[in-house]
Amino acid sequence: MSSLTGWGRTQPSIATVVTPANEHDVLDILARATKGVIARGLGRSYGDAAQVAGGTVIDGLGLGGIGPIDEATGEVTVGAGTSLDALLSISVPKGWFIAVSPGTRQVTVGGAIAADVHGKNHHRDGAFCEHVRSLRLVTPTGAMTVGPTDEPDVFWGTAGAMGLTGIVTEATLRLLPIETDRLVVDTDRCRDLDALMAAMATGDEDHRYSVAWVDCMATGARLGRAVLTRGNHACRVDLDATAQLREPAPSRSGLLRVPWVAPKGLLNRVSIRAFNEAWFRRAPRHRRDELVSLGAFFHPLDFVTDWNLLYGPRGVVQYQLAVPDTGGDTVRRAIELLATSGVPSFLAVLKRFGPSDPGFLSFPIEGWTLALDMPVGPAQLPGVLDRLDELVVADGGRVYLAKDARLDPRHLPAMYPRLDELASLRARLDPRGVLTSDLARRLGV
Amino acid sequence: MVQDAFGNPQRLVVLGGSSDIARAIAVRLCRERARTVVLAGRREPLLDDAAAELREAGATSVVTVKFDAGEPSRAARTIDECLEAAGGPVDLVILAVGALGDQALDEDDAARALEVVNATYTWPVAALSALRGRLVAQGTGRILVLSSVAGVRVRRANYLYGGAKAGLDATCVGMAESLRGTGVALQILRPGFVRSKMTAGRPDAPFATDVDAVAEVAIAGLSSAQPVLWSPPLLRYVFFVLGLVPQAIWRRLPG
Repeated sequence: MSSLTGWGRTQPSIATVVTPANEHDVLDILARATKGVIARGLGRSYGDAAQVAGGTVIDGLGLGGIGPIDEATGEVTVGAGTSLDALLSISVPKGWFIAVSPGTRQVTVGGAIAADVHGKNHHRDGAFCEHVRSLRLVTPTGAMTVGPTDEPDVFWGTAGAMGLTGIVTEATLRLLPIETDRLVVDTDRCRDLDALMAAMATGDEDHRYSVAWVDCMATGARLGRAVLTRGNHACRVDLDATAQLREPAPSRSGLLRVPWVAPKGLLNRVSIRAFNEAWFRRAPRHRRDELVSLGAFFHPLDFVTDWNLLYGPRGVVQYQLAVPDTGGDTVRRAIELLATSGVPSFLAVLKRFGPSDPGFLSFPIEGWTLALDMPVGPAQLPGVLDRLDELVVADGGRVYLAKDARLDPRHLPAMYPRLDELASLRARLDPRGVLTSDLARRLGV
Repeated sequence: MVQDAFGNPQRLVVLGGSSDIARAIAVRLCRERARTVVLAGRREPLLDDAAAELREAGATSVVTVKFDAGEPSRAARTIDECLEAAGGPVDLVILAVGALGDQALDEDDAARALEVVNATYTWPVAALSALRGRLVAQGTGRILVLSSVAGVRVRRANYLYGGAKAGLDATCVGMAESLRGTGVALQILRPGFVRSKMTAGRPDAPFATDVDAVAEVAIAGLSSAQPVLWSPPLLRYVFFVLGLVPQAIWRRLPG
């Protein structure tokens, strides 16, 4: 029996953890299970998605393996427990990058499919599952290989469904060819939210990657001040002739490590405000065509292993919302609410989303997405987040289940109108209702 | 259903559902995420009244279960009934069962003394013993036990009740230790003198508090890992000092 939590370390529960080595083992586990089964990868979901109290958690890390990269198509078949970090360390030197890269490389391919993760290029390239050619899904009623055209309802029902349709054991991904391991990056400081959103709405299309880090503790005229970073993969002509592709830095274990859980309140209003201020000041006002490594651009937080421990014993919640373009005002009101409520929040991330994919529970919808990290502790925090939910629902938006640890379940059907389709699919694939998680139980999925 | 990042439960069992303190805690939890509540108690009209208030506060399903704390041998059956009625994993069990009795009448009457001890100690311990394994099998859950400062240092004026609470409190300290690493947590709430229907007609003791204040302490405590909650919180320090006072002085203190 092991105690498991998500990355936010908020809701531990006890389960039996098993590590299957192959599809047969997974089938066997599902056949024998009576009390709930869910798959777990590297545990980067913030909340309770990859744990099931009293049940069985399948540690997917035993399902590894990276096949050869097809030099013509960029396709590669990998075990679902393969981390993006492991895949990139092999693919980058050969000139291939992952088509969609979330904010950390420490996620598994299975987890990336379960959350249908997105990256800084969603406005251009969509979410992770749009670049999955096929996947092997093991359900209580049997194993099957599915793809966007082969049993599309099972494929898109699985994309973003937080592991509730079955256990992904293997997937074939389409990689992105790159000429160098650098990006050409433009950085702009934006003095307030209007300036930021205007810059993003008009300029993002010129860049494959775009992300803004917003200071959610600045108020008044500086509300929503931000640093906007946008880039494209550098071509060989952008670099000097001696440049060559290398394994992306920083190394996979991280250069720094947080050795202990920080004392309660280390990250508080004063320390977070000071950090946000310093970070805003050190950014250049306008810089063009800077060459930046893949790791520094895509996965800056991977530099510090276990950074979640800095939030102390009570943990951290992340709130990520998506609202349609018409909901730009919700982004402003969310940042205002946070800035004026006195809830300390680290730099928030604002991004543009392109069109949704057909995933039943896939998170992205065309428009804006805002992600906020907040330490658990302030008494007003639960109420502030409940008010954010109301704003988001009123705008036709939703919150990201991979981050959620506290959503009021009554909002879920409005946020995810295709829940019914998922329910019928699960009734077909899992008639005994074996697959569930603490998240699914909490939200009534 | 499981509790969220802020410790808010969704499915709740209240043993002693007509207790003013338990009811005030439950109302606050229903205003947050609690939707399913099982109220177990002796006096049905009071339970129905509490159920109506919980529905108003946001509960969608409130079931009442009748039991008599004078029958500890049936406690396990009551626990089964409550967990059955909850219809799924229970996030929080509040145990608020006890009888203050009337010390002057009880102290020379074995049958009456037994009533106080059964309701305050024996039934709760039997119920907790029935509950423990069920929650451990869930892999998650919390138990909040209403103790009392009356058991922290027993007084002449209510030594039957105080002694029973002392036993319950000590048992719970041990049980909380036994639950480490199981995903289940037990917290002890030690209120001082609380103005409620249990104490109606009695003069206030020093540091007297009211039901709402105790409920606020409980709510704040439930989102923490504190094993023992005091209400008012100052009593933690007051009783540290009172524990050192010689008996000759203790017996002369007011309250």
